[in-house]
Parts: sequence; C-alpha cells; structure tokens
Amino acid sequence: MRTKIILAGSAVFFFLLSSLSSGAQQTQVGNFVGNATHGKALYQRYCIFCHGKYGDGTGDSAPYLDPKPRDFTKATFKCRSTPSGSLPLDSDLYDTISRGVHASGMPSWKPLIRQERVDLIAYIKTFSPRFQEEKPAAPLVIPAEPPTSAESEKRGAELFQSMNCWLCHGKEGRGNGPSASSLTDSKGYPITPFDLSSGTRFKCGESDQGIFRDLMTGLDGTPMPSFADALKPDQAWDIVHYIHTLRAAKGRPTPAQAEPKAESKTD
Amino acid sequence: MGIAAIKRIGTQLLLGAALLAAGRPAHAIPAFARKYGLPCSACHEAWPMLNNFGQTFKDNGYQLGNDRDAPIYQQPAYWPIMFRVTPTWHRESNNRVAVDQVPGTGTSGLVESTVTASGFDVGGIDIVTAGTLSKNISFFVQPFIGNSSAGLAQAWVRLDNLAKSHWLNLKMGKFELDEPISQERTLTLSNTGVLYYNYFFTPPGDSNFFTGIGNDQLGVEVSGHSSNDYTRYSVAVVNNSNGATGLPAGQTYNVFANLNQGFEVPGLGLQKVGVYGFFGESPTYFQTNAGNRIPGTGTGNRSFYRAGAYGQWYLGKFDFQTFYEHGYDNVFLGNSVAANQASKLPAGAVGPTWNGGFVEGHYDYNPRLILISKYELIRMSRQADPSIRSNSGNLDTWTVGYRWYPIMNPRAGLAWVQEFSRIVNAGTAPLSRKDDISNSYLMGFDFDF
Repeated sequence: MRTKIILAGSAVFFFLLSSLSSGAQQTQVGNFVGNATHGKALYQRYCIFCHGKYGDGTGDSAPYLDPKPRDFTKATFKCRSTPSGSLPLDSDLYDTISRGVHASGMPSWKPLIRQERVDLIAYIKTFSPRFQEEKPAAPLVIPAEPPTSAESEKRGAELFQSMNCWLCHGKEGRGNGPSASSLTDSKGYPITPFDLSSGTRFKCGESDQGIFRDLMTGLDGTPMPSFADALKPDQAWDIVHYIHTLRAAKGRPTPAQAEPKAESKTD
Repeated sequence: MGIAAIKRIGTQLLLGAALLAAGRPAHAIPAFARKYGLPCSACHEAWPMLNNFGQTFKDNGYQLGNDRDAPIYQQPAYWPIMFRVTPTWHRESNNRVAVDQVPGTGTSGLVESTVTASGFDVGGIDIVTAGTLSKNISFFVQPFIGNSSAGLAQAWVRLDNLAKSHWLNLKMGKFELDEPISQERTLTLSNTGVLYYNYFFTPPGDSNFFTGIGNDQLGVEVSGHSSNDYTRYSVAVVNNSNGATGLPAGQTYNVFANLNQGFEVPGLGLQKVGVYGFFGESPTYFQTNAGNRIPGTGTGNRSFYRAGAYGQWYLGKFDFQTFYEHGYDNVFLGNSVAANQASKLPAGAVGPTWNGGFVEGHYDYNPRLILISKYELIRMSRQADPSIRSNSGNLDTWTVGYRWYPIMNPRAGLAWVQEFSRIVNAGTAPLSRKDDISNSYLMGFDFDF
C-alpha cells in the first residue's frame, strides 16, 4: 500500500513538473501536444535569425527582409480562422508554419515532423502574455461554396468596386491601386497590397476557402480589414470567383491547376 | 602474394586515403543562406551535414517553393558562390612505414619504423557555385583547388519538378551519387577520419575501375521525392570511368539506385531507412597502341556490385547513422587478370566478397555544438586469391571529435574543430604483414563564406 502511495505521489509530482516545464499554455493540434522546451531548441535552430531571440521580429536577417518577420510579442497574426483581433487557433499557426507565407521570406517548414511544428507553436506562444490571458474566439464557419458562374463573377466585380478593394489592389487587381504606395503595416513598415493577378498562391492558403476566410477575417497587422460585417457569405463567394478572373485574365492557372500542391492539415 | 605486392597495396591504401582526404569536397553553401536570409542551422544539423529541411531544399532543386526561388528575384549583385577552407594543425603517425635502414642510403635495405609528422596545414579550397538558372532548373559547379592540383569535383544541371511533380527530376553531368549518407557532408576532417572507407574500398589485388560509391560520377540521374522528403528515390546511369572526365575507357554503363523512407516516431523524431545498390561491369583488358590503352576499347567486361542498407535514427538530441555494405567483384577483376587470359588465374581463384559498415553517432548539445563519434569496419569474407591472408584488407577505424560553431549566420559560418582518429589495416604492414596502424589528431578552423 505504501509503495502504491509513493508511486502515485511520484506520478503526480512528475506530471506537475512536466506541466510547469512545458509552460502553462496547452498547445494541441490533432493528437500532438506541444512542448515549449523542445520548441525553444527548434526555434533557436530554425527561426531565431528572422524572428529574433525575443520573438519580436528583429533577428539578424530582419533588416534584409521585406515584408518584415512577424513580431510574436504582439500576438497579431495574418492567417487565422478566427475573427479579426482574436488570437489564432493552434491549427492556424500550424498551417502557417507548414505552408509558409508566400511572397515573404517564410518558407514551408513541412520537412519538420508534425510534433516539431506543434512544439514550435508552443514556444512561439510564450512570447506574448495574450496566449495566457485570452482564448481564441470561435473560428469562422465557411459555408459551402456556390458554383462559379458568369453572374457570380459579375456581382463580384461590382463588389470589388463598391467595397473599394480596388483602392489598394488596383482596378485589375495588380496591387497598384491609388492607396497602394501609402500603405503601412501595424509596425509602420511599408506594405504592398497583394497582386491578385500575379499568381496562384495567397499568403494564407490557395484554396477558395482560404480566400473566403481572408476576406471575412482580414489579415491582422496589415491594412487588409475583415469584411465579415460588410459582406454576406454569398457576396464573399462572388468576390472569390471574381478574383479568379483576374488571374485568368493574365493567363494564369487557377488554384486547381497550380503547383506545387498546397499544404494541408492532414499532411 | 609477395612482399612487393603487399607493399604496393599498403602504399596504395595510404596514398588513396591521403588523396581522398586532400580531395575532401564537402558542402555548406552560405550563398543559399544569403539568398533566403536563413541561418546555416536551418538546413544543416551541423554544417555540412544536412537535416531534413536542407535535404528537401536540395531535392527541390535548391528551391524553398516560394517566390524567392527564381534568380530574377535577387539583386543583380547577388552571386551564388561560396568557398570553404580549413586551416588546421594536425599530427599524423603511422607505426609501420618502410624506411631505409640507413637514412639516405637506398641500398641499405628496408625496415619498418614509426613515422610521425605534425604541423600547420591548409588542405585546399572548395569553391562552389550553385543555385537556380531559372525556376525549376538548378545547377551545381564545384572546382577543387588543392595545394598542388586542381580539378572538377562536380558540374551538373538538373531539370526539376518535371511534369509539375516532385517525383520526376533529371540531372546530368558529374555529380555525387545519391549516397545513403553523404560522404561529402561528413563532419570529420582528419586524415584518417574524413572519409567512409566502405565508400572507396577495393579488395587486395583487385583491378576494378570502379573503386566505390564515394566518387563523383559522370552520368545522368532520375530522382524524385515526396513533398516532405520522407520518401525518396534515385536511379543513376553512369560511365564506367569512376568519375574521370573525358570519354570513358570502357564501353559499358553502370547503374546506381537508392531508395529511402522516413517515418515519424512519437517522442523521438524522424527516422530514415533505405537500401541502395551499385551494379556494373568493368573492362579487364583494352586495345592498345604501343602498350597504351586506347579510350573506348575496354572489353572483357566482368561484373561487380555493391549493395546494402542504412538508417538514420534520431533519439532526441542523439542521432545515429548506421550503414551496411556487401561487395562483390568478378574473379577476373579481383585477381587483376584479363578475361581473355583465364589461364593466368591463380589456382582456386574466386570473386572476392566482403562486408562492411559503420556507425556514426552525434550529440547535438545545441545548434552550435555537436559531438561526433564514428566506428567503421570492413571484413573480407572471401579473398580473390586463396594465397592472400584471409584478413588482408580488413579495416577498423574510430573517430571522436566535436565541432563548435561560434559564427553561424546567414552570411558565413566558422567552426572550431578537434578530433582524433585511428585506423587499423589488418596485415598490410609493408614488410612484416602485421597490422598497419595510423593515428591522426587535428584541430583547427573550418570556415566558409
């Protein structure tokens, strides 16, 4: 009996110790639970030269990068499934690490095993107290995509004008609207609107659902706002369909034709 | 087998080791770090040894898969070139060198003696330029400049992601075979510890053109991989010239194939296992002109192969590389006899076979400090000539050391290295046929820019 008590006590002690050592913030993606201690070693190997020792985006390489590396101390992330202003889900950060951020210095880290990516998230979350003080809001529910049609694209074109998307992205979606040259991100660095006609890979995923999500959640830390209050889901889908025509107009492949394949949550 | 023959073989082994050590063409390419703003540690477990991220980058044709890959993105001043130099102090000792009994007197007869030498040294310079000529067209050019020689280690171009698939890439030129564990990325530098002997082994008395998978070869390679690089394959068809430039002496081609698979083990990390094989034929005699071989006339081809399995095992901060090889050369190759002169084969001659392998362990204290240990062996299982001592050619070698990287940034890398290595060549002492033992100690800098 005494032995059992000692064993049980030891188990509780080591459980509490491991909880303390890995930080109080539980990080979980699927079946993988993040370990911030392991994540720190990975961060020092892979991330520190851009994002900096303190996660503030001031690593040695930062002066040479455009756009600048993310400042994790602000806990403001572009690619989220949660509403604007909310913390991201762990799976949002996992997707960003796995996919990389197109048109930036952030590559895909899919060659790291899944556990390592989750460990990295656990450590990244230690840079901001927000992750201890807040919880992410409920993620956006993306309704089924209606079929693409000429009518939908036409409505999307009209919305592109009436919602003033063109002011930044330009009338042909080339990122050269009248406001483009004066835009800055939340840290005051100049930022260029995405050239919607240039390619097939958006920063936060290339699927139609990804573009829909960008419209409805916005890209926090950039001038791209959330249109969740201004657009109905059908209208957002119309804009998604219109964006495809901007690429097609330039002879670019649509996402379904694009390569290489995007990362997915189930990799 | 006479003493002269044994002396020749011993000398060849030593010379081969020295030449290979001098020709150490290892890679760590700050040009890529500069291009992408990433540190050495992103691609290298400890440079020059790649981690899976670096291997994926390499397999993708030196592309990360983002918009920074195309050379047009770079500033015109960007030039994808690097060099690597290793100024060191090292001490080499061999216990059985044949020396004149009276120094300076060639007629005084030979005796075996221990010879030790030490001093400062620079092994040469590696220059590498590599990158993308266009999206999905990559290249690699590596001249090597030694203290008294220069050569072309590698020069190839690769068409990447053919048919928009990671699974189809085509490389042509002179290149490192897709070795199970890249010997060009070995972490050790000392004379006896720098190479994997299994990669360069031929049995005593053997005349095979092909000396091992460690040599850069001329040919074409088809390869492919999954998006995370866990599954990889490569098949190369190469000249039978053992990597020598110019048209080959023989008329056959050899084939190398490698297949490996990675898998995640919860709590440990990525593990990799693989199999490989090199299969070919070498000529045993040539058309000659005044006794000189005429290129392209090699004939009397006889077969050989090297095949085996390997693994890379990660246990947290520890990792181990394990490698096994079985080798076979045809009886004519093994006895250095032309296939049209079978009567010259010794009585009881057979094709030599052998087994070899190594275990290399690393401890990653942190990205800036790695401890290294390596043990390698070769065991002859069948001698070509029954008169050759059964253990002749057997080899054991140990290496221990560490590399410390005080500078490791997106512009350059500097490592401080210390290592000790020892090799025992069984029965190859030039006179006594005892074990020939060499010890090597090295310390110095290894830097690239």
